[in-house]
Amino acid sequence: MAQPMVKAVQVHKSFGRVKVLNGVDLEVAPREVLCIVGPSGSGKSTFLRCINHLEKIDAGQLFVDGELVGYARRGGKMHELGERAVAEQRKNIGMVFQRFNLFPHMTALENVMEAPVRVRGESRATAREHAVKLLDQVGLSARRDMYPAQLSGGQQQRVAIARALAMRPKLMLFDEPTSALDPELVGEVLDVMRSLAEDGMTMVVVTHEMGFAREVGDAVVFMDGGVVVESGHPRDVLVNPRHARTAAFLSKVL
Amino acid sequence: MTQAAESVESMPTVRRRQPGRWVAAAVVCVLLAMLVNTFVTNERFQWDVVFDWFTSDRILAGLGRTIQLTVISMLIGIVLGLVLAVMRLSDNPLLSGVAWAYIWLFRGTPVFVQLLFWGFISALYPRLSLGVPFGPEFTSFSANELISPFVAAILGLGLNEAAYMAEIARAGILSVDRGQAEAAQALGMTRGLALRRIVLPQAMRVIVPPTGNQAIGMLKTTSLVAVLAYPELLYSAQLIYSANYQTIPLLITASLWYLLITSVLSVGQFFVERHFARGSVISAGATDRRGSLRRLAARLPGRRP
Repeated sequence: MAQPMVKAVQVHKSFGRVKVLNGVDLEVAPREVLCIVGPSGSGKSTFLRCINHLEKIDAGQLFVDGELVGYARRGGKMHELGERAVAEQRKNIGMVFQRFNLFPHMTALENVMEAPVRVRGESRATAREHAVKLLDQVGLSARRDMYPAQLSGGQQQRVAIARALAMRPKLMLFDEPTSALDPELVGEVLDVMRSLAEDGMTMVVVTHEMGFAREVGDAVVFMDGGVVVESGHPRDVLVNPRHARTAAFLSKVL
Repeated sequence: MTQAAESVESMPTVRRRQPGRWVAAAVVCVLLAMLVNTFVTNERFQWDVVFDWFTSDRILAGLGRTIQLTVISMLIGIVLGLVLAVMRLSDNPLLSGVAWAYIWLFRGTPVFVQLLFWGFISALYPRLSLGVPFGPEFTSFSANELISPFVAAILGLGLNEAAYMAEIARAGILSVDRGQAEAAQALGMTRGLALRRIVLPQAMRVIVPPTGNQAIGMLKTTSLVAVLAYPELLYSAQLIYSANYQTIPLLITASLWYLLITSVLSVGQFFVERHFARGSVISAGATDRRGSLRRLAARLPGRRP
């Protein structure tokens, strides 16, 4: 089997005295879409944020494309990486947030161009050309000169997806990308994500959209209490769960 | 029934009468008339003397020094204030502690006293030297020569201002949602780049209005520099009236200049604010430049927006 895009080995994380992750193990293959579901407080968002080191893990190991995230192993110890090395790793990992977090003082186009120009050192012309293409891909070419405040939530989230894609990442992380949206705007964001999956992007999606998980997900992980309770094909996990906790959760949300 | 339905549509509304407003307006008008009257009829104002001196060389030279002091001190205050704000927000307890102590010291003592200290620094350190800390020195200067009244004024005003600007800048940085820095870092930005490109431009919306306040305050605080015998605007006026005894007219001359520069600063602040309002909901609907003067007028005191 090819090297997994994401590999988590016994990942632990606490906030103060509260243990949030209690040894998470999972693997995501290249071109695979993994959906993480679970009740709130199960640690799924925290785990996602560990993958690009927005949260530091306390123990365990996290690999992205075979590379240890946030740490270097030297002499039997895990040495935390410097800020620049972490930033270097994050260039390859796109992230989409629940609350969009677009830069409000920049237009849609400038939002998408910012990181390629400032972080990758692309010329403005190249970055602009790519950004125009990406905004077109998410169906927003007509709105590229608008500021985030002038866009609907669904449009903002699609710009946020384009912004993450502009860095040409090999992995995309989605942190409840539709949870802050009005119900009628959820579909347009999911459509963009679906076509991204069809293009072969490796995606880890924390979501409450069971329909999306079932249709688009190649695998589903159910987390509860900071551990992976159950994982497998969406049909198995979401339709015929083996664990009582999974079944109880699904009966509440479906 | 039909008659009632018809009249509902055509019934005019009558605005409520507000006699209180008319009474208040009348009282204010009388008071204003009295004020104007005394300005015009009280000959001791000596408006001719006020305007004779208004554009005199000595007053203009003083004005130039006042503006110079204001600009340089504010620049020192803003730059050092930003550094102190970032230090205070640092995870390093030594850095944030030092910044806290600086603010505590410089905000906790009168700026007047600080100016005196800088003016008398040679009593504390007669010679200032450049060299390796605790090691050999390369060169040294007489403090009296190095710290002229101008340098003492800049140090006193600028270092004091930095303490206030630090708190203003910190408030601005804290006002930006944490998700902004996170989104920037997730895109591979270092914290420095995220601060410069993403956080600070947004923080400026909160930082600019109080900074305008500080600049106006600074313009007037420079008058304290008279204590260092540095002939800025007020001290220039004092020197003139101590010779010709036209005390009141010359104080008015100086005051008019302060008022004029303050007005210019307020207009400047409006344009800086508009620049940093980029993308905010308020500016989103009105991006044309022509409307700006009208909006400025609407913001002047006494007008309703």
